[in-house]
Amino acid sequence: MAPLLDVAHLTVALPTRRGMLTALDDVSFSIKSGEVLGVVGESGAGKSLTAAAIIGLLEPPLKQTGGEIRLEGERIDNLPAEALRRIRGKRIGAIFQDPLTSLNPLYTIGRQLTETIRTHLPVSGAEAEARAIRLLDEVGIPAARERIAAYPHHFSGGMRQRVVIALALAANPRLIVADEPTTALDVSTQAQIISLLKRLCRDHGTAIMLVTHDMGVIAETADRVAVMYAGRVVEIGPVREVVQAPRHPYTVGLMGSIPAIGHSLDRLRQIDGAMPRLDAIPSGCAFNPRCPQIFDRCRQERPNLLPSGETRAACWLLEGRHG
Amino acid sequence: MPVYIAQRLAQSIIVMLIVALVAFSLFQFVGDPINAMVGQDTTQTDREALRHSLGLDAPVPVQFLRWVGRAVQGDFGLSYQLARPVGQLILEKMPATLELALTAALLALAVGVPMGVYTGLRPDSWLSRIFLGFSLIGVSLPTFLIGILLILIFAVWLRWLPSFGRGGVVQIGRWSTGFLTLEGWRALILPAITLALYQLTLTMRLVRAEMLEVLRTDYIKFARARGLTDRAVNFGHALRNTLVPVVTVVGLQLGQLIAFAIITETVFQWPGMGLMFIQAVGFADIPVMSAYLVLVAFFFVVINLTVDLLYYLIDPRLRVSHG
Amino acid sequence: MAEPMTIRPGFWRRLLDGDLAYRFRQSPVAIVSALVAAIIILGAVFADFVAPHNPFDLSTVSLLDALDPPAWMEGGNAEFPLGTDSQGRDMLSAILFGSRISLMVGALAVGFAMTIGIAAGLLAGWRGGWADALIMRLADVQLSFPSILVALLIDGIARALLPREVQDQIAIWVLVVSIGLSGWVQFARTVRGSTLVERNKEYIQAARIIGVHPVRIVIGHVLPNVLTPVLVIATIYLANAIITEATLSFLGVGVPVTQPSLGTLIRVGNSFLFSGEWWITLFPSITLAVLILSVNLLGDWVRDALNPRLR
Repeated sequence: MAPLLDVAHLTVALPTRRGMLTALDDVSFSIKSGEVLGVVGESGAGKSLTAAAIIGLLEPPLKQTGGEIRLEGERIDNLPAEALRRIRGKRIGAIFQDPLTSLNPLYTIGRQLTETIRTHLPVSGAEAEARAIRLLDEVGIPAARERIAAYPHHFSGGMRQRVVIALALAANPRLIVADEPTTALDVSTQAQIISLLKRLCRDHGTAIMLVTHDMGVIAETADRVAVMYAGRVVEIGPVREVVQAPRHPYTVGLMGSIPAIGHSLDRLRQIDGAMPRLDAIPSGCAFNPRCPQIFDRCRQERPNLLPSGETRAACWLLEGRHG
Repeated sequence: MPVYIAQRLAQSIIVMLIVALVAFSLFQFVGDPINAMVGQDTTQTDREALRHSLGLDAPVPVQFLRWVGRAVQGDFGLSYQLARPVGQLILEKMPATLELALTAALLALAVGVPMGVYTGLRPDSWLSRIFLGFSLIGVSLPTFLIGILLILIFAVWLRWLPSFGRGGVVQIGRWSTGFLTLEGWRALILPAITLALYQLTLTMRLVRAEMLEVLRTDYIKFARARGLTDRAVNFGHALRNTLVPVVTVVGLQLGQLIAFAIITETVFQWPGMGLMFIQAVGFADIPVMSAYLVLVAFFFVVINLTVDLLYYLIDPRLRVSHG
Repeated sequence: MAEPMTIRPGFWRRLLDGDLAYRFRQSPVAIVSALVAAIIILGAVFADFVAPHNPFDLSTVSLLDALDPPAWMEGGNAEFPLGTDSQGRDMLSAILFGSRISLMVGALAVGFAMTIGIAAGLLAGWRGGWADALIMRLADVQLSFPSILVALLIDGIARALLPREVQDQIAIWVLVVSIGLSGWVQFARTVRGSTLVERNKEYIQAARIIGVHPVRIVIGHVLPNVLTPVLVIATIYLANAIITEATLSFLGVGVPVTQPSLGTLIRVGNSFLFSGEWWITLFPSITLAVLILSVNLLGDWVRDALNPRLR
């Protein structure tokens, strides 16, 4: 069956005075219907950019310079603006990081909900309001019927993020792109929001692209995970495999740097060096200056995603091995 | 809410009192009113008698209170220059200034806001560049210069419009209006444009800056991600949020129009309060000067209070929350 | 021993080599406006040498030359390139000297406003307490009035206080004081803000503990650090001051006719608009407009240069 979302060789570049800087380099992955794909990586690895490219909200002067994005088999990256707008919200929903600034402070949440509903569905005002109340119920806002007339500043951060989720689900999209949905929340609220997201998507059959830098959230929520580094996908595979037996040295480093409960450490382990800036990406494999297992080929040729088990990783170490 | 209003009222009263103090001080310390009123031959005894009958030999605080008492009733004494009650003078001139200021205010808003919105939505279009260049000129040229240039072009060279006076004026009770005759309108055009230009420019720049800021916010991004139409995003959300802070500043600016009218009225010989004030300054006619001061302060204070009230009504965050 | 004022090393080098100078060189608008401003300003400053005539030397002025149109028109005289006024004075020279007065009053007014503003701001920020409350309250009240009104008031009061004979002679100083007094508030507020920030810094606290006299701390340490924002405001206020002076002179309460500024020239010429001698008003008007525009554009450029966020 064709995947719900298919991203193939996506390349996004930034024109500057000194030439074109590549922000996303040949990114490929797919998401099946109902599946949760985690996209993990450091700040600046390109996770949010990928999300923005998928929903067609790349901020100029950034632009897509290569590759294709397909939703249910049809290309969406080359659609005219109006067609893209109709997809947003209706077929792909989005959630962003900061619940405190995602909602317009001057309108009631009811107004913002009904507006979204009526933009995508041909329903009357009363029907839209009924739906809005149902949605608020679903996301766990108590006394939805009364609170629908409240303003965003009447709600706490966690509650506002629930409203945001309600808004994203309003027109029943097939895919939700969630860009760091829990980063701005405290730990207990994080857990609530994550479980809410999981439950809703199971109930509605919605797929999620969950962008985050928090490996713990991924381990709990995702079916598969893609690890990004310097604008490239360096490893992608089922969550269990990637977490327990990472192939790419970067992923190994990532997993190794997460402190485990029950073990005592003198110091936190970290990967030496830092992710390269856009204008200083090394040739060959982008990770090579920091890689403990580097050899000559790494510096010269950029590795493709090579299979190992059900995972694929962009590392020359995997060449010649078979899963 | 009552607390908020009471606070603002108290502040306003304090400002009025300070202004009254300054206005009253003008009398006390600047020249001797007796000398201004009588001829050189008047004997000292007669001067003393006059001083006593006017209450000018009473202690200062008493004089101040009496002055305030009279001022509140609209009695500011007699003009040195014209020997007529100042109150009457002001009532005669006020309609001219108010009609001019009102027309200019409406003009500045009706043209400035749309221009600001346009340059905010399409900052790189050639029309926006023209508008911005025009705004630089509007901020750089002194009001009187604009008036003179307009007179030169439209009254002297083209002879389309009159260059001084109010044209045909119709008396309705105490109010003399120029709105009811064609001549009145023709005479109003150039002065109104002259007075409005500076405010128009400021308004346009303000709206543009606010608009650009608002368009970069998270909630606008989220609105787009929900698939709302461009119209809903730009006008329903962005414009609404832009106008809220703009209302305050524009309201305050409009108060300044009444003061700037001084210049415009001088250029066009418009028989309003501004012209009256300038003539008073040239003559050191203290009663008129202090009356004008108090009146203008009063207008400012009322406008500030109204703007505060409006702001309170528009921005839900200022109201006490129930949630 | 006094601490030397630290001027950041390489300021001019950074300016000339930086992004901004590059963009300046590329922008025709910036170059043209700078050139034009330079021409007017230099012409004004060196008016004594540049002007073809001296319009104030009555012996060179003759009524026979009165109301001559500009040289390129019929009836014009090459000796008076921009025409003459009703007394026979050369317009070009009058404009040059007038520009000088306009610039002088503007610059002096800014200097005056800056001095009072800095002093008030330092006092309010450093002492806090009642001094701060009083100064800021005063500032608030004054800010609720347009500066032109404040300037007019002060001018009017001065006029009423001074005997008539003296008025013309010291009109310029009265103007400087009134325009300056109407503009100190912005300086004071900014300086106060910066002072509050500096006051809490460790090096200031250390100096106080050592026992350095507060005045020396304020002048030697705090002051240099608040100067950058002050310069930014000064460039904005210069254009404002020039506009205010021109307006006051136009209204008749500014610089008198004996030593006219551009505003005075425009006022005098206004009465000749309808009789056809338009040049008496138009040329000073154009000069004033161009001067203010150039000051504004250059001010924008200086502001961008001093803005740390754009470097």
